[in-house]
Amino acid sequence: MLKATNINLSYGKRQILHGVDFAAQSGEFTAIVGPNGSGKTTLMKALIGEEEYSGEVILEGRNIATAKTWELAAVRGVLPQATALAFPFTVAEVVRLGLTSGVSAGRENLVGMALERVGLATYAGRLYQELSGGEQQRVQLARVLTQVWEPTAHGKPRWLFLDEPVSALDIGHQLVVMQIAQDFARAGGGVVAVMHDLNLTAMFCDSVALISQGQLMRQGTPSEVFCDELLSQAYHCAVRVNTPPASGTFLLPHAASLAAE
Amino acid sequence: MSTMTLDMAAPLEGDRSHKARLLMVALIGILAVSCVASLMVGASGVSLPEVMRTVLAGEALSMRDKVILMDIRMPRMVLGVLVGAALAVSGAVMQGLFRNPLADPGLVGVSAGAGLGAIVAIVLGGMLPAALATALGYYMVPLAAFMGSWASTMLLYRVATRKGRTSVATMLLAGIALAALVGALSGLLVYKADDAQLRTLTFWQMGSIAGATWAKVWTSAPLIVLALAATPFLARGLNGLALGEAAASHIGVPVQRVKNGAIVMVACAVGAAVAVSGGIGFVGIVVPHLLRLLSGPDHKYLLINSGLLGASLLLVADLISRVVIAPAELPIGIVTATIGGPFFLWILLRQRGLLGM
Ligand SMILES: Nc1ncnc2c1ncn2[C@@H]1O[C@H](COP(=O)(O)OP(=O)(O)O)[C@@H](O)[C@H]1O
Ligand SMILES: [Mg+2]
Repeated sequence: MLKATNINLSYGKRQILHGVDFAAQSGEFTAIVGPNGSGKTTLMKALIGEEEYSGEVILEGRNIATAKTWELAAVRGVLPQATALAFPFTVAEVVRLGLTSGVSAGRENLVGMALERVGLATYAGRLYQELSGGEQQRVQLARVLTQVWEPTAHGKPRWLFLDEPVSALDIGHQLVVMQIAQDFARAGGGVVAVMHDLNLTAMFCDSVALISQGQLMRQGTPSEVFCDELLSQAYHCAVRVNTPPASGTFLLPHAASLAAE
Repeated sequence: MSTMTLDMAAPLEGDRSHKARLLMVALIGILAVSCVASLMVGASGVSLPEVMRTVLAGEALSMRDKVILMDIRMPRMVLGVLVGAALAVSGAVMQGLFRNPLADPGLVGVSAGAGLGAIVAIVLGGMLPAALATALGYYMVPLAAFMGSWASTMLLYRVATRKGRTSVATMLLAGIALAALVGALSGLLVYKADDAQLRTLTFWQMGSIAGATWAKVWTSAPLIVLALAATPFLARGLNGLALGEAAASHIGVPVQRVKNGAIVMVACAVGAAVAVSGGIGFVGIVVPHLLRLLSGPDHKYLLINSGLLGASLLLVADLISRVVIAPAELPIGIVTATIGGPFFLWILLRQRGLLGM
């Protein structure tokens, strides 16, 4: 499992995260949600050790602050919110960068399989820099997948950390990518994703952490976290949660329509 | 079933490694031809059969031809190969490190730093304690050049790179500032230099491998060969760095070690090359750029192929410098700049959009 305790993080003099506690279980798809600028990406950067933080992050029994780069690369893949690629690599060459030494190096067939998985099988020969934003994001996801293709290794779970994996995608590919993440979790891996779309979060995620102004407001199942009062308070607008009786998922109607009531 | 296995064995579209390997074979051939040509052409003609007979059969040549071949042209060819490979591979490594196709040891002040180191050693070397000076011997100038290029690469990286991103503008401007500073310091030292030292100094400003001797080969070869031998270990790291420093570390690249390794490699290779040949520009930018166009940016092949093509390019440029105004010779730096300058402008025109300039 992943356990973060009392995380504080500052950029210069400005403190962004205030004593955040966060936990995620393997076998589950955990979402981090919250308004723009609330600190979701910053929390993600603490969880993957990309920025200096105070507090403790333990991933599968390892303190990530002291773990070796290659040890971490063997158990987790990270999809950043945006990637600026230098040099004109083809799509296949970008995905191939995920073949990590000591983990998946040499497994060339993963490249085609991962591209197939994100719906880009016919894009292998295209230049990465000539793709649209949403296509580039899926290429990057394919790269991350080739790194940790099997959700478990040696009986231990592997992890995916995804920062807004579906924000640039059309509705069809949003479902494809959410399904990939959920399947990874169902097969025993752990997934932590920063999410913007609360409906997709409700549909696919097992656990949700709501962040507002650098503080954790609540973490629990979607039904525990998604209640009118808490969401309205966090997002500074009227939000109502609907629960259609026939399905187990919740839909949050457009807030603007509620304001008119 | 059998068709399926066939499909899986076929190379994936977009994977250019087979192209890069073919290119490597072709480049080895081109280098071999360039080497033979470099041995044959010169003010005094020694013909191909004669060259072959000495190289292959060890047959006796006339004393005069033997001296020309073994003590003038041979060291010149070896030095050309070493310097060309060093400059081209350093260019490719720097471009990978800075994540930018415009980083070149000559353009951004690294060669200038090496030149300053060399000049300091020549002019002020006499002030060193005699014991130390003898101990360093021939290696004093290359070592000083190495320190100069190392310091300028470090400085440049500090100034131009923030949070793993390099600003092209800052990098080029820092290079201009560095070159100006080095120029001023060299100017100061020139006042302190005596006549013999002055003549040696002028040679740096031009860039040339005309004065090649076996002594020069042996002083530069260890640093250059060491640096080139280390580059294959940087290939994976430089590929990862194309994604940015953070993403590179997430795929297991020891980023700090790769950066340090790249800086030391560039400093060694450029330092040693500049110490024996002066400022030969544009090889480091032209060669990797052409190769990326032909077979993609994968450093696993880019670095090796850069070495091969860089060596050939320098030999050809040296040949041109020998024949254009024969029997006199043009400094090779003038030839590479005449080819490289317009080429560089062409890169800028083609890639204005991509480079964000
Ligand atoms: N590198 C940085 N330097 C300074 N402030 C930053 C930096 N990155 C993010 N911030 C600030 O931290 C806050 C949280 O940002 P972030 O975690 O990226 O928000 P989000 O929840 O939208 O992902 C924002 O106010 C942002 O301006
Ligand atoms: Mg964000």
